[in-house]
Amino acid sequence: MENVISLNENIKELCKSRAAGNFGDVMVVGGGISGIQASLDLATAGFRVYLVEKAPSIGGHMAQLDKTFPTNDCSM
Amino acid sequence: MLTYTEVENVEGEAGNFNVTLLRKPRYIKEDKCTGCTVCVEYCPVKYPDQYNQDISLNKAVHVYFAQAIPLITYIDESCLYLKEKKCRICEAVCKNDAIDLNQQPVKEDINVGAIILAPGFEPFDPKVREEYRYGEFQNVVTSMDFERLLCSTGPYAGEILRKSDLKHPHNIAWIQCIGSRQVIEGGNSYCSAVCCTYTQKQVILTKDHDADAKCTIFHNDVRAYGKDFERYYERTQNLPGIRFFRSYPSIVKEDPVTHNVTIRYSTPEDGVIEEEFDMVVLSIGMNPPKGVEDMAKQYGFELEEHDFCKIDPRNPMLTNRPGIFVSGALQGPIDIPESVFSASGAGSQIGEMLQYRRGNLAKERIYPEEKDVSQEEPRVGVFVCHCGANIGRIVNVPGTVEYCKTLPNVVYAQEQLFSCATNSAREITDKIKEEGLNRVVVAACSPRTLEPLFRDTLREAGINQYYYEMANIREHNSWVHQKEKEEATEKAHDIIRMSVARACQLEPLQEFDLPVDKRALVVGGGIAGMNCALSIANQGHEVHLIEREKELGGIANRIHTTLQGLDVQEYVKDLKSKIYQHPLVHVYHNAKITEATGYVGNFVTTVESNKGTSSIKHGASVIAIGIDMYTPTEYLYGQDERVLTHLELEEKITSDDEKVTGAQSLVMIQCVGCRNEERNYCSRICCSESIKNALLLKDKNPDMDIYILFRDVRTYGFNEDYYRLAAERGVKFIRYEPEDPPVVEPGKAEDKRDVLKVTATDYILGKKLELDADIIALAAAVVPSAATKEVANQFKVTLSPDGFFKEAHVKLRPVEFATDGVYLCGLAHYPKFIQETINQSYGAAGRVLTLLSNDIVVASGSVCAVNEKQCMGCGACVEVCTYGALELKETKQGKKCVVNPVLCKGDGLCNTKCPTGAIQLRHYTDTELTCEIDVVVPDDEIMKQIDAAAAADA
Repeated sequence: MENVISLNENIKELCKSRAAGNFGDVMVVGGGISGIQASLDLATAGFRVYLVEKAPSIGGHMAQLDKTFPTNDCSM
Repeated sequence: MLTYTEVENVEGEAGNFNVTLLRKPRYIKEDKCTGCTVCVEYCPVKYPDQYNQDISLNKAVHVYFAQAIPLITYIDESCLYLKEKKCRICEAVCKNDAIDLNQQPVKEDINVGAIILAPGFEPFDPKVREEYRYGEFQNVVTSMDFERLLCSTGPYAGEILRKSDLKHPHNIAWIQCIGSRQVIEGGNSYCSAVCCTYTQKQVILTKDHDADAKCTIFHNDVRAYGKDFERYYERTQNLPGIRFFRSYPSIVKEDPVTHNVTIRYSTPEDGVIEEEFDMVVLSIGMNPPKGVEDMAKQYGFELEEHDFCKIDPRNPMLTNRPGIFVSGALQGPIDIPESVFSASGAGSQIGEMLQYRRGNLAKERIYPEEKDVSQEEPRVGVFVCHCGANIGRIVNVPGTVEYCKTLPNVVYAQEQLFSCATNSAREITDKIKEEGLNRVVVAACSPRTLEPLFRDTLREAGINQYYYEMANIREHNSWVHQKEKEEATEKAHDIIRMSVARACQLEPLQEFDLPVDKRALVVGGGIAGMNCALSIANQGHEVHLIEREKELGGIANRIHTTLQGLDVQEYVKDLKSKIYQHPLVHVYHNAKITEATGYVGNFVTTVESNKGTSSIKHGASVIAIGIDMYTPTEYLYGQDERVLTHLELEEKITSDDEKVTGAQSLVMIQCVGCRNEERNYCSRICCSESIKNALLLKDKNPDMDIYILFRDVRTYGFNEDYYRLAAERGVKFIRYEPEDPPVVEPGKAEDKRDVLKVTATDYILGKKLELDADIIALAAAVVPSAATKEVANQFKVTLSPDGFFKEAHVKLRPVEFATDGVYLCGLAHYPKFIQETINQSYGAAGRVLTLLSNDIVVASGSVCAVNEKQCMGCGACVEVCTYGALELKETKQGKKCVVNPVLCKGDGLCNTKCPTGAIQLRHYTDTELTCEIDVVVPDDEIMKQIDAAAAADA
């Protein structure tokens, strides 16, 4: 039993050190509307996410649109 | 979040990928830049702005676009220093030392368990075909260019101008299917699925800009197949000055003087016509993302024939390489809602895979204990931000700080270069402690972006976060009064005085932590409900699956194959067995919901089923109740057994019914029961369903004559290839107009056999056609399930005008309702294909997990509260509440209103209805707001004005 506890503690410690390093759970490639949604969902559901975008800002093509159909809501 | 970063290399396997990233140099220190854009102003280089489609110019150092995230600058390759080692002006003007022109690309290695590929698409480049004259004629633009022209942050600040003379075009033509639906060099065989409707959007917006504008659309079918698209199409058609032509036009010439563009097209009535337009918009389609082949090699996934990702129709988010998932337009040409729910769906599948390590890497913030300062006299601290030069150049900031010190209750004031910078936020925390502040006002920008940050700053200092107040002296002041520096400074004083007055009245508020029941309820056991239930259960949550029928499967029980050849019965059988074998999924057959109560995280639903009456507690609800099929009354259906619906036809083809497979001639009639006044929507799937049946019949009996009478063939996406195939295999497509529908009568063919005579007008030949049909198949509409209204009432969710369930946001929240904790997937949302349904049901599961994987949900402290003494129990507030947060309850003093703070969204609508002021929205109470208004104009000033007015009267 004691072993299990110390094992658990070890895992926790390990996780802590991993959290500080370059370890993540998921990499999302592309910061458009799809990539942003995937990243937000995964992060909210308890995963550490790297969102990688090649442009200087996230947003993708949707950020270039003026409005969206069929409600003509602002695309931003 | 890593922007301006490329993936260089990917190694390893599911659960353990080693990825090498290349961070490109921004030449800006990300942690120092505040996005004040002073450097942009001073940069001497002008360069085509990529974000604005190269139509206007930007600087070498600039923010990618006004709302960029991160909102910081970068320096592109046009920089004089990078090219010729000259200039360096930006370094000199940056007050925060954020420029670093010596930055080099940096490699970084990361380790992840799974990868989602969401690289999007590449707009079709019309330059690949000369006939589009793009880049040659100045006033030929792409739809992407036009999108920027329409936008207020666009190249001409929201004015639609022509490149040739910077004048407004009044006569604009759109040409559809540019790069789509064409098997030619450089073109794409598929339909890009979004262009028809975005063109209608651009037409509507053009008319908003210029009510007299004439708009002409050249198309080949208007594919308004999505939710609410048909109404949108109608709205566009009904605008004045709009013409739709079904024609393949060509761009023939540009006038050398006016630069107007001439288009040649033909109509059945007038033959070939040439017409001049001020501007021509090319409605370009979607290509696979740039460099997709290299990407496929790098990640080791396969491409399909159009160079999108090859996907499994039973699970379109999977690639052939385990651990690598795909979402968005890499699946194919899809619209925003599909991109969103395929992303949530891919997320859900990663949740299934990495369930064992969920939460291990998440960091929890720990805040100091909150000090109770409610009994103390207000001690207000004011922090005035320069925002670089944004505020400081217009408003006299040091003078304003001195002014703040004179205000009542202000015990401390200082200026900050950028209040939002990390070091400034820390400074605020420190000052709260040092000076014993119990209220904080930051005079800077809009609370929309930064209020959460500053509230957090207060929490760090152990002060209730609702003791924070923001004075907006940027958007409301320095940006709009750039030429009136003195007046702007005075206005800054006014705004801050008001904020300080309000800050003194603020109350500490607590946010609610609600426990979340970890179980889910899924209503409906079709493909959508089963997939959703499985994905949730695979992530360790118990699922109760409610099915109204004796058997699972829903409408899919009547479908045998898809256009792509998926064996649907085999697939459904597999799903059912997974459901029954899953230890965490509980299935209820012959089930009916009798009562549904509760709220997000804590629902209680009563179900009567084969298991008797069960009271089920659950944290999340998913509605996946599917649809019904329309029973036609048209075309002798129900009177003559040779008239079938398309589903009945499919059943008979599968069972090799000789009457069907042996028929000499078969006629299909599309749009039966929809796209009409009663059901003003397109059922989306019927065109492809009919083509599927036609191809199956041609396989079994190649000699059969098959006619499809259609209004528009809406085989969007890759299904277009099957439309082409059907035409190649001799299926005849004949268009009809709704005003002149086909007529069906019993009769005799030339060979004396009994047939059904179908009479229709052929618009190409311009005459009546008479077809002899042995069998007629009607594309009967998909209609909302009969249970829809009842279920909507039970779960307090709303319906769209067409009677399908209404999602929270058509584009951005396609699988959830405005009611928290209730989710949506499958055909109950709108007709769709099996592949789309699967994407969406995983998507709903992904969203459910964002709720169920947390132990608590936090509800805002800014909710309504009732003063029971003042409440008369009239119920006016209950009626206006959109969220069902208010209820009347019997008390000893009679009926009183009670607020459920969990459901209250703080919109304050009820406050305006209450006749006695008994219900108040906390953090926006009458006292807090009136004292703010009271200090706008000082008392003596008001008295002076009254005296002056009285004197004038006398």
